[in-house]
Amino acid sequence: MIPELGNFSVMLALCMALAQSILPITGSFTRNSRWMALARPAAAGQFVFVSFAFGCLIYAFVVNDFSVASVASNSNSTLPLYYRVAATWGGHEGSLLLWILMLAVWTFAVSLFSRQLPDETIARVLGVMGLISIGFLCFLLFTSNPFDRLLPAAADGQDLNPLLQDFGMIVHPPMLYMGYVGFSVAFSFAIAALLGGQLDSAWARWSRPWTLVAWMFLTLGIFMGSFWAYYELGWGGWWFWDAVENASFMPWLVGTALIHSLAVTEKRGSFKNWTVLLAIIAFSLSLLGTFLVRSGVLTSVHAFATDPRRGLYILIFLAIVIGGSLSLYAWRAPKVGLGGKFSLFSRESTLLVNNVLLLTAAATVFLGTLYPLFLDALNLGKISVGPPYFETVFVPLMLPVLLLIAVGPFVRWKSAPFADVAKRLRWIALATLIFAVIAWMSFAPSAMVVMGVAFCAWILLATASHVLERLRHAPAGTSLWRRIRSQPRSYWGMIVAHAGVGIFVLGVTMVKGTETSNDVNMRVGDTTSVGEYVFRFNDLQQVSGPNYTAMRGTFEVTHNGSKVATMTPEKRVFTVQRMPMTDAAIDRGFARDLYISLGEPAENGSWVVRVQHKPFVSWIWGGCIIIAFGGFLAASDRRYRLKARKRAQDVASAVAINAPA
Amino acid sequence: MKRVLVFLLPLVGFALLIGFLAVGLKRDPREIPSPFIGKPAPAFTLTQLQDQNKTFSPKDMLGKVWLLNVWASWCVSCREEHPVLLDFAKQNVVPIMGLNYKDGRKEGVDTLSQMGDPYQLSAFDADGRVGIDYGVYGVPETFVIDKQGVIRDKIIGVITPEIVTQKLLPLIKELNRA
Repeated sequence: MIPELGNFSVMLALCMALAQSILPITGSFTRNSRWMALARPAAAGQFVFVSFAFGCLIYAFVVNDFSVASVASNSNSTLPLYYRVAATWGGHEGSLLLWILMLAVWTFAVSLFSRQLPDETIARVLGVMGLISIGFLCFLLFTSNPFDRLLPAAADGQDLNPLLQDFGMIVHPPMLYMGYVGFSVAFSFAIAALLGGQLDSAWARWSRPWTLVAWMFLTLGIFMGSFWAYYELGWGGWWFWDAVENASFMPWLVGTALIHSLAVTEKRGSFKNWTVLLAIIAFSLSLLGTFLVRSGVLTSVHAFATDPRRGLYILIFLAIVIGGSLSLYAWRAPKVGLGGKFSLFSRESTLLVNNVLLLTAAATVFLGTLYPLFLDALNLGKISVGPPYFETVFVPLMLPVLLLIAVGPFVRWKSAPFADVAKRLRWIALATLIFAVIAWMSFAPSAMVVMGVAFCAWILLATASHVLERLRHAPAGTSLWRRIRSQPRSYWGMIVAHAGVGIFVLGVTMVKGTETSNDVNMRVGDTTSVGEYVFRFNDLQQVSGPNYTAMRGTFEVTHNGSKVATMTPEKRVFTVQRMPMTDAAIDRGFARDLYISLGEPAENGSWVVRVQHKPFVSWIWGGCIIIAFGGFLAASDRRYRLKARKRAQDVASAVAINAPA
Repeated sequence: MKRVLVFLLPLVGFALLIGFLAVGLKRDPREIPSPFIGKPAPAFTLTQLQDQNKTFSPKDMLGKVWLLNVWASWCVSCREEHPVLLDFAKQNVVPIMGLNYKDGRKEGVDTLSQMGDPYQLSAFDADGRVGIDYGVYGVPETFVIDKQGVIRDKIIGVITPEIVTQKLLPLIKELNRA
């Protein structure tokens, strides 16, 4: 009964989406304010129905209703409750409903926090979001209904893939989808602006906080996925250039370009056409990612079970949405003015270079990801493209970006004297050089580490020096806190995010350049060492979890004779799918991780054990979180909140005046 | 007019992409008609992965039906395939030989000791020359070779339990009878 209610609720949501899109968009052109006014309540209605449907699906998973096909194929009665909830988005159907839920959440949020927008604009923005929602709701209802019944009901479910039975499964997909789908807001704003022919700095100011929040979620989502792969897959890697990872990374790169480009459009009115195009591309890549994962055109460890009918549906949907918006772009964009002029060396030009580099980087990832498909379609054979390609083309493109991150904030808008910027940065350049030399002397063989240290120093020092310059300009006696508060949050957002990139770069290069590992056969009582750490295999025991049995080793780690940690890696066998899994033990630290994974048991009672010393891994994660926090700071800038509050006050006072005395 | 054309470029590029994706939908990325099927397996002599003093050559296997599985430590899909191969090797129906493709000796050995070794032995093809002779496009790939040393089938991508039971086992049975 409950699943049928959920199904019915999805149908009602579809009706709401139809009302939310067709009437308000038509109304915005015929100036029918009643039709336009429908957008907000319809968005609220859609949100309610989609949430209810999602709740019904979660309920079916929680109570183990194996007469629902998607529950039977993705859950099991022995699965702990929190994983049963997470299993809701463990399969294609449920994750699609999660996608739709995220879209409904974003739409509802836009309808709530958009009081300052003109009626036509909000009608069009919500209308476009409604159109996207229609596409996905139909996709769900006609090809991948999570509420489909399985008759007769299965006795028990096939279980959630053991790889997915992890805390990461609870957080990673919702975060990632929040990011993906969040770009639909920037996209809808862009389409609304093209429809209305009004591309101005107000449009950029409205889009900016939404884009920043979406970008922040996407950053966190990708980070969570990577963090999860690092501890879950049991071999210590954290990024594999897998087709689906790339599918999430491309929108991130373009989204990063977009938030920088939006800044130019808001401040200087330039780059309008470019910004609109980026907004369209960012969301198009999100849609393309959805297509790649669900259509089976590429092989990937992430891919869902495939069905050509679904692939064809999404392809047609992609053609309509992206083709439609690019046609609109081709029609409207030529009429848009160019905006403020700027000289060869200015904030605008550095941001333009940043944009071109990021977009090129996204294009190389795109090419590498789809190259196998292109060749196959042209009957030129089948190939696979691996990490060597991506590392060779992607890294060189990022180097100038890293160089520019430090320089950009020092360059003034419109036109900047090159000599002045060079003068302000010369000591930093010198200090960077010193750091590079120190790094070279301590890690001589690794050019990568030297580069990493140099770029990290360059970015952090330049960023810190920029902050100092800013904070110095205040009357004497001003407290530090007041000085900090005197700068807008968007400034702090930029500073924090840039510093995060520096930290991230150091983490990546240190891990790649200086990690060491040791694969050994060990029996209980044996010791091995990696770096300066000594690992003693103290104990091996059989343990059992809720839905698996495991062998758990206990290792004592010492450094110069003093005890550092006790680590307990496991080799688990999940009872339902009979799948063995390595559960690595990680001792995290500020400047190093120790990583032990249990391999296979050998015949003589010994185990293959891999111990790894991975310096500065935490800096990768820390860098990502700091970058995301920068996005949050920038999105919470006072001027976005002020505008909203002022408008609300205006409305309130207007109501007060009109109220009968 | 020229200015207008520039703005059409994204649309044109996208139309091309859609064309490619549409063709891609009809293909199975895992299925490749190999020109090598029905031809004798190209000869080679390579050192063995675990012991560089020993060599392996396909002619060592004449008279047996065997599998040649191309793998590498850097290949993510191989890790997915690995448990299936381990299982298959335990059934003892057919000798599985590995071709460790474009890999480092240490990485290859480490991977096998870490995840278990389904192979009777692995040939070490560091520069991928043998892979080229066999027309290896991606990793993993698996060749079925008969008693006369002729390639009878080739499986691109991950071997699943279904492929083992529905494709490999019947084929091996038939080849063994011949």
